[in-house]
Amino acid sequence: MNREKHPSAPRTGRPGIAWAIPGALFFLFFAGAPMAIVGYLSFTDWNGLSDPVWSGLDNWSRLWQDDGMRNAVWLSLLLTALTWLTQTPIVLLLGVWAAGRQRNRAVLSAIFFVPLLASSVALALLWRTIFDPNFGLAPDIADFLGLESADLLGSERGAFAAILFVTGWQFVPFHMLIYQGGARQIPRSFYDAASIDGAGTVRQFFHITLPQLRNTIVTSTVLMVVGALTYFDTVLILTRGGPGDATAIVPYLMYDTGFKAFDLGYASAVATALVVVATAASLLLVRLTGFTRMRSTREGL
Amino acid sequence: MNRTIDKRAGTAASHAPRGTRPARKPFRLPRANYAGGLGAAVWLVIVIVPLYILVASTLQTRQSYLDNGPLSLPSEPTFDAYRTVLEGDFPRYLLNTLIVTAACAAIAITLAVTVSYSIVRTRSRMSRRIFQLFLLGLAIPSQAVIIPVYLIITELQLYDTLLAIILPTAAFSLPVSVLILVGTMRDIDEELYESMALDGASQTRILLQLVVPVSRAGISTVGVFSALGAWNGFLFPLILTQSPETRVLTLGLYDFVGEFRVDIPALLAAVVLSIVPIFTAYLFARRQLINGLMGVGGR
Repeated sequence: MNREKHPSAPRTGRPGIAWAIPGALFFLFFAGAPMAIVGYLSFTDWNGLSDPVWSGLDNWSRLWQDDGMRNAVWLSLLLTALTWLTQTPIVLLLGVWAAGRQRNRAVLSAIFFVPLLASSVALALLWRTIFDPNFGLAPDIADFLGLESADLLGSERGAFAAILFVTGWQFVPFHMLIYQGGARQIPRSFYDAASIDGAGTVRQFFHITLPQLRNTIVTSTVLMVVGALTYFDTVLILTRGGPGDATAIVPYLMYDTGFKAFDLGYASAVATALVVVATAASLLLVRLTGFTRMRSTREGL
Repeated sequence: MNRTIDKRAGTAASHAPRGTRPARKPFRLPRANYAGGLGAAVWLVIVIVPLYILVASTLQTRQSYLDNGPLSLPSEPTFDAYRTVLEGDFPRYLLNTLIVTAACAAIAITLAVTVSYSIVRTRSRMSRRIFQLFLLGLAIPSQAVIIPVYLIITELQLYDTLLAIILPTAAFSLPVSVLILVGTMRDIDEELYESMALDGASQTRILLQLVVPVSRAGISTVGVFSALGAWNGFLFPLILTQSPETRVLTLGLYDFVGEFRVDIPALLAAVVLSIVPIFTAYLFARRQLINGLMGVGGR
């Protein structure tokens, strides 16, 4: 490790930056440039066929006053907050459990994994069938939850809860794995020392496991936030933003404005707002976890 | 809570010299994590009931599904639903998806390996910037740039081709791929590079004969990852293609909703068929995928 920081580290055997250029350019072309273009398009009026026409701040002032947009932002934030609040305790519990020794782990992880392997489309179709008011389980579920209507997806709260549940069902295994990986890297000696000092399981969890998982929590949180801000497939198939606009979150609104109403200039403004929020979350990730410091994961072990 | 660290945990980390591991102390038996075990049991039910519904429904006829509901046991199992799906357009969608998936994985592996190699081994401000670019890219949601990507693909005259799906999908799988590979390649010993360089090996040879073989685990993870993303991709195909000739599985499934409106067993059979290939692959590449996913979190 010290060798790398040493000023006289050998320069032989080091590849040039050229090796990174093709990949970086390819990525910039399909992700970087579009970020710039979407910003530009947000100042234009464009229907997707004719050329974009410069319209100044029109889209942005419209965005500011748009009730549909306000609703979408509120729903997105609510969904993000509830996603974090519901999923984090579950994945913390399951992830730490899975890091320990237990029998049948291979079988269990194969079962837990199916939702993660299937596409959002496939899963949304499955849940749509289950939530169907006529042929599915919706009446039973509504009964169980004490809802008045048997049509779960037809009620505003029911539809929102369904999105929250289905996306959680799909992504809990992913975050569970991240926590499992984090928990396994906690040095065993910490627990040995704690046991010798007489700390019980609960104290060990709160004083060793939880603090040691700090970076894992940050990473998982940011991934959850970015994920929840961009749930789209599930909404499109499960509720189409409805009933009314009860589940019309920001990405759905963007799709609807852009590719259904062909108001691509305005949709670009919505998209730009989405990029800003998601990028802010990403910056947070880089800052808080110190990924860029090029530390080997071995250090400290 | 858990007090044991699996010896196989994290391929990269386990190379670490830990000295001679002291013999397990006899008085310290691993304590069971009851709360976690209970949670896992509950979660098992939550996962398995819908999966049971999924499979059981496909084994019924349309009529018996409508009569008996989703929780019923198929009394006379039939594969009619699967036959209906396989006799339709499903095989063509499957072929398109296979092409897209293979192409995306190939592009992602090639580019991510070269980029990560350069990031790990080049000591320059520029390589640091490129790494930051990919880290930032982790959080760029594809929805946010779909409008300009649509514009670019149209300008390139690629609209409604498989390439229209492949190129952006591969590009968007690069950030995670680079993150994984940088993590793997960081742990290659400096001495190995030096001895190869002393032998006069070119950069290409070092890459192909040292970096690639040693990073095999990371590379398979990247392959599995990008393949999974491409297989399940929906937004790019939805916006960037249109005709049945270029339709991929996810889009096909989406269309089945209209086509099989009243034939729920057939609809769900299509869902099952879309999961089976990737699930089979997962059973073979399980360790790679899991190690890769676990590595994402860091500590």
